[in-house]
Amino acid sequence: MSAQSSHGNPASGLAAAAPAALQHQFADLEQQRESATLGMWVFLITEVMFFGGMFTAYLIYRVMYPAAFQGASQHMLFWAGTVNTAVLICSSLFVALAVHAVQEDHRRLLVFFLLLALLLGLAFLVIKGYEYHDHWVNHKVPGASFQFDGPDPLHAEVFFALYFLMTGFHALHMVIGVGLVSTIAFLAWRGRFSPAYHTPVDNAGLYWHFVDIIWIFLYPLLYLIGHRRLW
Amino acid sequence: MSTATQITETENYLNVDYGIKSWLLTTDHKRIGLLYLASITLFFFVGGFFALLIRLELLTPGGDLVQSDIYNRLFTMHGIVMIFLFLIPSIPAVIGNFFIPMMIGARDMAFPKINLLSWYLFMAGGALILYSILTGGADTGWTFYTPFSTEYSNSRVVAAALGVFVAGFSSILTGLNFIVTIHRMRAPGMTWSRMPLFLWSNYATAVIQVLGTPVLAITLALVFLERVLHIGVFNPQMGGDPLLFQHLFWFYSHPAVYIMILPSMGVISEVVPCFARKRIFGYAFVAMSSVAIAVFGFLVWAHHMFVAGVSVYSALVFSLLSYAVAVPSAVKVFNWTATMYKGSIYLRTPMLYALGFIGLFTIGGMTGLFVAALGIDVHVTDTYFVVAHFHYIMVGGAVMGYLAAIHFWWPKITGKLYPELWGRIAAATIFLGFNLTFFPLFIAGYLGMPRRYHAYAPEFQVLNVFSTAGASILGVGYILPLLYLLWSLRYGKDAGDNPWNAAGLEWMTASPPPTHNFAETPVVTWDPYNYNELPDMPEEE
Amino acid sequence: MWQTIPLWPTEASTISRQVDGLYALLILITGGVTLLVFAVITFFILKYRHQRHPVAEQIEGSTVLEITWSVVPLGLFLIFFAWGASIYIAEAKPPKDAMEVYVVAKQWMWKFQYQTGQSEINTLHLPLNRPVRLTMISQDVIHSFYAPEMRVKADVLPGRYTTTWFQPIKAGRYHLFCAEYCGTQHSGMIGEIDVLEPAAYEAWLQGGGGEGSLAATGQRLFQELGCANCHRFDAQGRGPNLQGVYGRPVLLDDGRTVLANDDYVRESILVPGAKIVAGYKNLMPSFQGMVSEEQLLALIAYVKSLATPAPPGAAAGKRPPPAKTTAAAAAP
Repeated sequence: MSAQSSHGNPASGLAAAAPAALQHQFADLEQQRESATLGMWVFLITEVMFFGGMFTAYLIYRVMYPAAFQGASQHMLFWAGTVNTAVLICSSLFVALAVHAVQEDHRRLLVFFLLLALLLGLAFLVIKGYEYHDHWVNHKVPGASFQFDGPDPLHAEVFFALYFLMTGFHALHMVIGVGLVSTIAFLAWRGRFSPAYHTPVDNAGLYWHFVDIIWIFLYPLLYLIGHRRLW
Repeated sequence: MSTATQITETENYLNVDYGIKSWLLTTDHKRIGLLYLASITLFFFVGGFFALLIRLELLTPGGDLVQSDIYNRLFTMHGIVMIFLFLIPSIPAVIGNFFIPMMIGARDMAFPKINLLSWYLFMAGGALILYSILTGGADTGWTFYTPFSTEYSNSRVVAAALGVFVAGFSSILTGLNFIVTIHRMRAPGMTWSRMPLFLWSNYATAVIQVLGTPVLAITLALVFLERVLHIGVFNPQMGGDPLLFQHLFWFYSHPAVYIMILPSMGVISEVVPCFARKRIFGYAFVAMSSVAIAVFGFLVWAHHMFVAGVSVYSALVFSLLSYAVAVPSAVKVFNWTATMYKGSIYLRTPMLYALGFIGLFTIGGMTGLFVAALGIDVHVTDTYFVVAHFHYIMVGGAVMGYLAAIHFWWPKITGKLYPELWGRIAAATIFLGFNLTFFPLFIAGYLGMPRRYHAYAPEFQVLNVFSTAGASILGVGYILPLLYLLWSLRYGKDAGDNPWNAAGLEWMTASPPPTHNFAETPVVTWDPYNYNELPDMPEEE
Repeated sequence: MWQTIPLWPTEASTISRQVDGLYALLILITGGVTLLVFAVITFFILKYRHQRHPVAEQIEGSTVLEITWSVVPLGLFLIFFAWGASIYIAEAKPPKDAMEVYVVAKQWMWKFQYQTGQSEINTLHLPLNRPVRLTMISQDVIHSFYAPEMRVKADVLPGRYTTTWFQPIKAGRYHLFCAEYCGTQHSGMIGEIDVLEPAAYEAWLQGGGGEGSLAATGQRLFQELGCANCHRFDAQGRGPNLQGVYGRPVLLDDGRTVLANDDYVRESILVPGAKIVAGYKNLMPSFQGMVSEEQLLALIAYVKSLATPAPPGAAAGKRPPPAKTTAAAAAP
């Protein structure tokens, strides 16, 4: 909150970051920071409503056709979803550590943690891509080539349609998040942030955590319903 | 406040910079408001042109002016253009963008660049919708019901839906900007209860925009993905449910009508006190009614589905809630009326539009009580009764409120006065033309004339002829302001800082205002509508 | 008398008068309040115009007034709600002795199937003073069955049956409109409801449908499509015995209990895997694409005709004890 840099650590390579520019519409830096943060929270609420439409569709069909949904869920790649969940949770941890690092004026750690989060985000996307490929090969993509040998294939196809839609929009948001975190990491490396000014890091972190939370809801709904042998 | 009669070129937001780049790359909220003004005016006349063709076709019972295919595209694109490219942005994007920072004593919105991005998204959405029109248009109705829109229509559904999708993000970003700005950037001393009611209305509107529009976005995304990829989320033949579309669609589209009316109500709450020279009656109740409308507005969506195949129980709940949401609107009308009691009334043009609003919105709102009654709605839904009901609110209400706003704040925006006589003539013409256009349609609807009908049973013709006659008068009425407002830019008298001696921070700076609105941030120590402290309304010249 | 004033259509059903009654009350009250508000505003504008009333009196507000003009309208609204709701509830409860007509809508025509076996396009012949229940489905997009003189309207959906009912009280020819936009010829998807006096109705009945009752058609299909191979009337079938099933609860293999109504029978034919009866395997093939909506309705009529009184406390769905022989009664 205070304006001065309280932990100028020469070993981190920068005594004091360049002060943040006060945009002309704001009265002071505090108003600027609070506005940016409130803006990001309002934006995340809109994202909740956006995904909420798909979650509603899922919940309704799940209640109407439980056999189809449970049967379809057993065709998901359980290990891929579980690993991806761990990957995302760890990436959120690293983002939180990055925010802590900038509060403590550790520029190198800031960049390091951001890059780790980035790497995990990319790992998530790679694993997702592998899953999609697997579904394609096994005729689980809705459309002319869809094949399903469980009960109620008609509604199992609806499950898969929702699966691709929900994880597809989620992956799109991950890609945006990767772009965002890369940008923040680059700016961090250039010394833009300091304990006095790190709002973009905080807000990018909020976005990343949000995308993570969406996945935490998607994972049980898509991968964990129905009876399943774990090994 | 002295009126500036000499023509010194003091620097203001209009003359500070010239050239197309200074407009297309501006981040000044006032210039962005004008960018919106120009584009929504264009879209209004596009939508109005379609309305003219519709009313011409409906002069005769047979489908003889255009083919039914074309007619279906006409009413669809009329609805899409008027709702998404005119009504939803109108007051927030033009008047809100221009005046919210000024009313709270700020120098700009919280996020000026996002504000500009908002306009570009709006234009991109508009371009997609225009592309849809120019390549044939969609024919699904603005409501895009499935499975017709996803599986059966042979029209430009994807372009139209995509255009609405993109324009929706413009609406979301505008709402986001308003919320943050109003929360964080009020001048010192301006507490929530010192805010003009226009801000309360736009704040409530912004909350609806932010919560509701994303649901429309995902719903339309599902429609165009389903259409392109043939997935079956809404298609019964593929295991989907068409009613799911309706629930998701109306979850946004009902609150959307409150996006369209709340800002107008905010305008009336500014105009009536000014032209009655007294504070609004029941400030807290009017402010809270905006919040109540926003909240309850999210709870009534399935009243569009009473005959769609929903259960009796859910219909009962939604009917009851629909009556509940009518109460805060009634409260506003009573408060505006009470504001005129023992006032000192000036019937200038903005006040005429405000009075027109109150009259027409009351009729529209009353007919809402009809359609909220389950037994009546079964008979009148999907007929011209509903068409008349929502046009009374959207056109008689929202458009009149928009015109009231334009005429009230025009002197501040441009520094010019329009000719008062022509303002009054236009207001009267619009009021009369509107009633002649839409009142007969209540009768036609109850008699059984369905909506979206290209050809109709001959017994409805007389009513339709009246309606078309009214529409031509209404059209003339709308063209008049276009002409005399443009005329005033060149030939109008200078307005001075406060030609109405109105209350509000925006009137305490020059007309047109300087780029940064205020030389110094004001410190607010007074209540809004402090007409007891302000001088009288200047006499007409 | 009111028919000569073209403000509302002919009152042709038992519910029309009630709907018009509520309409009249609404016009009275809302018209009255509107005129009152207009009168008050006009009065204020004139009495307090600035030439006559140059100084405005600043009035804060009045909580008493606010509460009054919130609560009183709310009270009135509750009356409107209650009356409207009672009409709607009545419209949702067809009388038990209502005659049954099936409606299949498609772009852009109405197909009517009568239990007596006739089928018609765009014209619905009904006897005077008998309640009729319409069970409706669409072959393609959403349509809506709208009879303005009867004051009834119900959307007709693809994939699921919807119903409405009315009792005509006046002989004559009345409008039938499609009221849900359905494409190019939406405004051409119109027809006629012909309410006939008893003698004329008898004459019409004699004139049509030489194929026997709808349930008999259904029975024929039941054999032709091979349903009888698995759905036997003894305990040996691979599928449940359908006697006495219609209209009763069915226990499913996942523990849920559902009602065996029209939608259930239709879904069982088209998507058999969606609901498996307890004690049976998922063996039934789907008939999607092999039966039309009209054929499905005939099969439903047949299954309905198999209903026999159940022993008390028995839910259908378990393998039954050896079944009694049944008399398949076709009841129009």
